Amino acid sequence: MNGLLTQSFLTALVAGGIVAAIPLMFTALGESVSERAGVLNIGLEGMMLLGAYMGFLGAHELHSMWLGFLAGIAGGLAGGVVMVLFSVAMGLDQIVVGIAITIAGEGITSVLQQAQFKGTFPGLGNPATVAIPGLSGIPVLGHSLFDQPLLVYLGIGLLALVSWVFRSTAWGLNLRAAGEKPEALDAAGVSVLAVRTYAVATTGALAGLGGAYLSIVGAGTFTPFMTQGQGFMAIVIAMLSRGKPLWVGVSSLVFGMCLSIGTALQLTSLNISTDVINMLPFVAIMAALVLFARGSYLPPALCLPYVRGAK
Amino acid sequence: MALEAEATVDASLETVLRPAEAAPLVRWWRTVVRSVAPVILALIAGGLLLLVLGRNPVRFYVAVWQGGIELGGWQNSLVLMAPLLLIALGLIIVFRAGIWNLGYDGQYLLGAALVAGFGPSILPNWPTPIAYAVLFLMAGCAGALWTVIPALLKAWYETNEIITTLMMSFIGVGVANILVKGPFQDPTVNIPQTRTIPFNKMLPDVGGTRVDIGVLIALAAVLVVHYMLTRTSFGLKLAVLGANQRTARHVGINLRQVILRAFLWSGFLIGLAAVVDILGLWAYVRANWNPGYGDTVIPFVFLARLNPLVIVPFVVFYAVLSTGGDLAAQQANLPTDFLLVLVALILLFMTVIEYLGRRRDLGQSYLTPALRDALRRPLVRRRSAQ
Repeated sequence: MNGLLTQSFLTALVAGGIVAAIPLMFTALGESVSERAGVLNIGLEGMMLLGAYMGFLGAHELHSMWLGFLAGIAGGLAGGVVMVLFSVAMGLDQIVVGIAITIAGEGITSVLQQAQFKGTFPGLGNPATVAIPGLSGIPVLGHSLFDQPLLVYLGIGLLALVSWVFRSTAWGLNLRAAGEKPEALDAAGVSVLAVRTYAVATTGALAGLGGAYLSIVGAGTFTPFMTQGQGFMAIVIAMLSRGKPLWVGVSSLVFGMCLSIGTALQLTSLNISTDVINMLPFVAIMAALVLFARGSYLPPALCLPYVRGAK
Repeated sequence: MALEAEATVDASLETVLRPAEAAPLVRWWRTVVRSVAPVILALIAGGLLLLVLGRNPVRFYVAVWQGGIELGGWQNSLVLMAPLLLIALGLIIVFRAGIWNLGYDGQYLLGAALVAGFGPSILPNWPTPIAYAVLFLMAGCAGALWTVIPALLKAWYETNEIITTLMMSFIGVGVANILVKGPFQDPTVNIPQTRTIPFNKMLPDVGGTRVDIGVLIALAAVLVVHYMLTRTSFGLKLAVLGANQRTARHVGINLRQVILRAFLWSGFLIGLAAVVDILGLWAYVRANWNPGYGDTVIPFVFLARLNPLVIVPFVVFYAVLSTGGDLAAQQANLPTDFLLVLVALILLFMTVIEYLGRRRDLGQSYLTPALRDALRRPLVRRRSAQ
């Protein structure tokens, strides 16, 4: 364990962990929103990829990170709209539609990437960061924690916002009712379909933003299948966080560190193969599922299409 | 008088409960339409997409036909059918019980890594039949073993198997990579891949063709699974569990045992898919290689209504599409991932036809009620359970 807890290792672990956690956080936050509203979104992986590709394309062609993020949101939203049409409006099987969106996202982004860039993988420059005065001067971790792209701060703000919306607004109440007991929501005069539509659209947009962050900030380029199961990881994070946004933030950070531990370990004398490291987050999730399976929570109406008047 | 009235009430109830019971031929025709229409619609939509991308769809599909059927392409398609059929069978068994096994990639690749890792040393030194038997068992058991954790979690804690099988799949893919890059790595080459199985030790070909006997093994498995599902008590238990879990418990079926056995069979068949694929076609495994058969076969499993006999024509179709599609995509200068788009379109059109069919009451659904309800059972153990 020689030199494991050096400053450079800790810095790399925390900084890398945050970079890797942000896409997970946005995506899992989106999943929490739609799970709470009673729609399970297995298509998250595909939406992330759509967001990643559109985001990269936007940032690359329009030379602006922010336009790239917007394009990524639009890409994820496109996947969300498909989900809304099929699973919410028509009430079709959420799992089958989700699998279709994932496969379609994988295929179409790969095809478009090839068609647009003809086998090359152009990169983007380093994103601009914003250092918080004072805090970023803290020795050891200050720089890696408090010198981040602006979107990271916005994302953490978003966690608090969604948490507040869930807990203290009529919207949040409607959302939760749509997942817990949609009949009651309908009886109260609120359209279940509308609530779920907004929820799923939000999920798509957030997954797209997560994907865009992955390609624009995380990797600086787009490669086909670059999400490598992070969409599915986000689903588990949302489940284990029991739909609580602040927990989503914490567990995303833990899994983000798992994802980035490989890069950090390269700074130490330890020599562990990348395959072992790539498996770590999934092993961690299996362990968490085995240990905490009884603690996670899913709304009772999850995955049930709402048909007015049906038994 | 009273009796007569009762009879008419019964008759009207009958018509309400079972509206428009159509003639067998008509029903059969409707089922065919519902199964084939999504495929045709997806091919048309895919053609439109090709137009948008500036490719000639007619030329693309002609190339699919040429590559998949003509000029010996049919032989490649038949070879590809073997692993696809076995994976489809593995999925059918669990889906029948209302259980999702989405861990096929890990189960398949573990089996493939083991066969390609041990094959080159076992096959030349042992009597061939024994070596085959050992390899088949090894890969099958590896696939089955990889379903054990999700199966136990599902059977005892009702932990959602969609998530656990997916996570185990990612782990399995990682373990397979570690094996290929570590103990199984061919020391004579720089690329991380296993040694190659000697050509004369591969599965023998069917007389006069390049088609190995893998496809015959898979077709035999189709018959075995069909027999198992329709003629054995285990098949009936699967069907009851798939139809209604509470009924299954009430009639005294040991749910835990059935769930475990369904998972083990599923993983075993997917492991076998790896053996016939490696011993029939590839002869070695390269690191990070993943043919991704499972994702592409899922839509056809649903379209075949979880019927092991009906899956055969669908797999024939997809094998031709995939074999020819590789060539067609190359000619059109597209990545072969374009086929994934076609598969996703088939899935989406399948759900749409399902929607229209439900409205017009066309035949049965492609999903068993239990599969649809898989996610209603939360991760938490239910108070009512056992």
